[in-house]
Amino acid sequence: MSYPLIFERSRKGRRGLKLVQGAPEATRYIPEKFLRKAPPRLPEVDELTLVRHYTGLSRRQVGVDTTFYPLGSCTMKYNPKLHEEAVRLFADLHPYQDPRTVQGALELMWQLGEYLKALTGMDAITLQPAAGAHGELTGILIIRAYHEDRGEGKTRRLVLVPDSAHGSNPATASMAGYQVKEVPSGPDGEVDLEALKRELGSHVAAIMLTNPNTLGLFERRILEISRLAKEAGVQLYYDGANLNAIMGWARPGDMGFDVVHLNLHKTFTVPHGGGGPGSGPVGVKAHLAPYLPVPTVERGEEGFYLSLDRPKSIGRVRSFHGNFLALVRAWAYIRTLGLSGLKKAAALSVLNARYLKELLKEKGYRVPYDGPSMHEFVAQPPQGFRALDLAKGLLELGFHPPTVYFPLIVKEALMVEPTETESKETLEAFAEAMGELLQKPKGWLEGAPYTTPVRRLDEVRANKYPKLTYFDQG
Amino acid sequence: MDYTPHTEEEILAMLERVGAGSLEDLYRHLPEEVLNPEIALPEPLPEWAVLEELKRLAAKNKPAFKAFLGGGIRSHHTPPVVQALASRGEFLTAYTPYQPEVSQGVLQATFEYQTMVAELAGLEVANASMYDGATALAEGVLLALRETGRMRVLVSQGVHPEYREVLRSYLEAVGAELITLPLEGGRTPLLAVPEGTGAVVAQNPNYLGALEDLAPLAEAAHGAGALFVAVADPLSLAVLEPPGAYGADIAVGDGQSLGLPMGFGGPHFGYLATRKAFVRQLPGRLVSETVDAEGKRGFILTLQAREQYIRRAKAKSNITTNAQLTALMGAMYLAALGPVGLKEVALQGVAMAHRLWELLLALPGVEPFTPEPFFNEFVLRLPRDPRQVQEALAARGFHAASPVPREYGENLALFAATELHREEDLLALQAAMREVLA
Repeated sequence: MSYPLIFERSRKGRRGLKLVQGAPEATRYIPEKFLRKAPPRLPEVDELTLVRHYTGLSRRQVGVDTTFYPLGSCTMKYNPKLHEEAVRLFADLHPYQDPRTVQGALELMWQLGEYLKALTGMDAITLQPAAGAHGELTGILIIRAYHEDRGEGKTRRLVLVPDSAHGSNPATASMAGYQVKEVPSGPDGEVDLEALKRELGSHVAAIMLTNPNTLGLFERRILEISRLAKEAGVQLYYDGANLNAIMGWARPGDMGFDVVHLNLHKTFTVPHGGGGPGSGPVGVKAHLAPYLPVPTVERGEEGFYLSLDRPKSIGRVRSFHGNFLALVRAWAYIRTLGLSGLKKAAALSVLNARYLKELLKEKGYRVPYDGPSMHEFVAQPPQGFRALDLAKGLLELGFHPPTVYFPLIVKEALMVEPTETESKETLEAFAEAMGELLQKPKGWLEGAPYTTPVRRLDEVRANKYPKLTYFDQG
Repeated sequence: MDYTPHTEEEILAMLERVGAGSLEDLYRHLPEEVLNPEIALPEPLPEWAVLEELKRLAAKNKPAFKAFLGGGIRSHHTPPVVQALASRGEFLTAYTPYQPEVSQGVLQATFEYQTMVAELAGLEVANASMYDGATALAEGVLLALRETGRMRVLVSQGVHPEYREVLRSYLEAVGAELITLPLEGGRTPLLAVPEGTGAVVAQNPNYLGALEDLAPLAEAAHGAGALFVAVADPLSLAVLEPPGAYGADIAVGDGQSLGLPMGFGGPHFGYLATRKAFVRQLPGRLVSETVDAEGKRGFILTLQAREQYIRRAKAKSNITTNAQLTALMGAMYLAALGPVGLKEVALQGVAMAHRLWELLLALPGVEPFTPEPFFNEFVLRLPRDPRQVQEALAARGFHAASPVPREYGENLALFAATELHREEDLLALQAAMREVLA
């Protein structure tokens, strides 16, 4: 039996919430010609039906609260319940309130900005971007404005990204109107320095890097890279998706990065809710501060305020002040852990990953770039196994699989990120399951999963004949 | 404290297994110059002390429940049933549904969301959500430019000023031209759309709260080969003619009005609906119905070739994260209220706003600015600087009269009302205003 849609539970005339007693007639206020002729076909259900529907849906969904979720590059660590209570304290604030009535919220934003600057080694920050990729766009627009301001906007037309970069990096550069060129990785999985040197020049606007990179390896030649970038007048952009491994231990600012975005939902435990909302603050070095989006939170003699005083600003990238309630959670996380806790969390994320890497190697998995890995690593199954089948087999054994087929430079990639909040026994149980999969008959793997709410889905059909709403005829 | 489960003994055993002597050893390969920097952060706090500190900060705010503020965000009731269901850990702590077999909860809920949004907008399809209304507008316009292959955009001054600012940031990046159409008498003028225009954008109800008849503008846009993009508050669409019905090709807006907490401006979600013909140009996620290996109905992310996972530099947009959880709350709210309940909530706000208009216009020196008919927000010209008025009202416990940007005129303030207001609230605001303006 298929699980019913809320539209299939709907009965004409059934009522759920009644928030208003005796609402007036529309025509009393609004001329007929502006009024809707046919009501929207929204579901009509009572409250209990609603509760059963969504509770049932939630049981067809896994999350960190239910299942080990070692999704590489996504940092699915535990989301503290404290944070959910914290946000309720700030839920009833309007962004256009008189600033004197939101001093606590502004102070929290200002403090968080200071903490994030301290942790990244940057000089100025915006909390406005709504997600990591949105932060990337903000960062690249800042770089663009900087080059234009210096009269190099027309010549610096290229952004360099390593072949191991997140897919959002090239997409971002392209959204900002740049050409994109890939830089290959060397045999050790780090950026090929010679190849980078060949590409650098006065036609390059920026290099986008993440460190540790998406193979889970720290770019050990980063100081050389940033020196080369500086010499060529190229801005170095830090994709903060992998900050979890090094928070407190090393800072992008000290490595020579000019711009940093942070994924608060990864490193600083904002629950990702099935795909957002997130938050992507951007920190910059002093020479880029004039270009930050407005408004920024400032501290003045009479308290905290939102400043529009930034004549060279790239403008606004989001309405209001960003995903404020995400900021509250990140603030609570940093205050709970402090520097010592953040460093411990980072180190244990690395220890967990290295430990799990050893266990998987023992089970027969290969690690093509087996350097001193950080919080994640990329493994490959033995010959003859497909990453996709192993992922589906894992679902059957009760685990969320690692990221598969990323980074693109590793065939049949399994990108594993256990995070620091998982216990030793969870890692061991996962490794056992990964080992067990290699013992399963081929046919079993190809047919998996068997007992999940649905089995393998027909993706080709969905692509060819997308049915995107209940009323869509397909 | 932290949230790691490891005992000292376990750490030692694991270190030994990976061939390290200490946690510091795990970082030995980093350049010494960058290792262990001095970082000024406050000391860690126990859970209760973090909460105490947060309460101290929260106490410095005056919550704006029952605020008379609008401009894209309003106080609405967030039903506890929505809050409770959306707080379930399975929804809260999931990631992007890359593994559909164990993500049917989020995927089906999103499919239902897409359906409800498309219904409200009067269009065929909607994506799985955008960050907010402003970025939904920017991406909607970029969609129109891709579809038409043109680089000029006309935007009405009736579109929320912050949305226009975000739009400008996005358009400048790709070298597109943005032309603003000044309002005439509080409404968007009808004019000939110049050749080479890819998109025409207007908002209804507009930023001043006025209702606009946008069908002629949509027709003019189409006549010039441009697409028409409408910004619309989804709550208003329970009552008002939907964008699809007056010729919009793309509808966008912010979902906060669907029972989401104001949260000082976020997170909320942006919606983006369009015609099925443009679906391959849509940014962001899309969920499709399909079948599983046994023929059973299921849901899956689809048309991902548009996205950065595969197309990278050729992707339609760089959006990866959207606003799934808040969009889910919006869908739950719509399902909880149904078409009748939603309409009642919207109309109650309309009625209260009209009553407030009447009461405030009775005050000496206060003049109307928004032309009638209007919806649930309106702008008045005050006899004093609205900043001072807002401040004086705040001192009396009222959140109202937010200053309107100077581009619209001098001494203008925006007011709104919602289903939360009763007659006595309006009378109390009137009395406070009388004092403040005296």
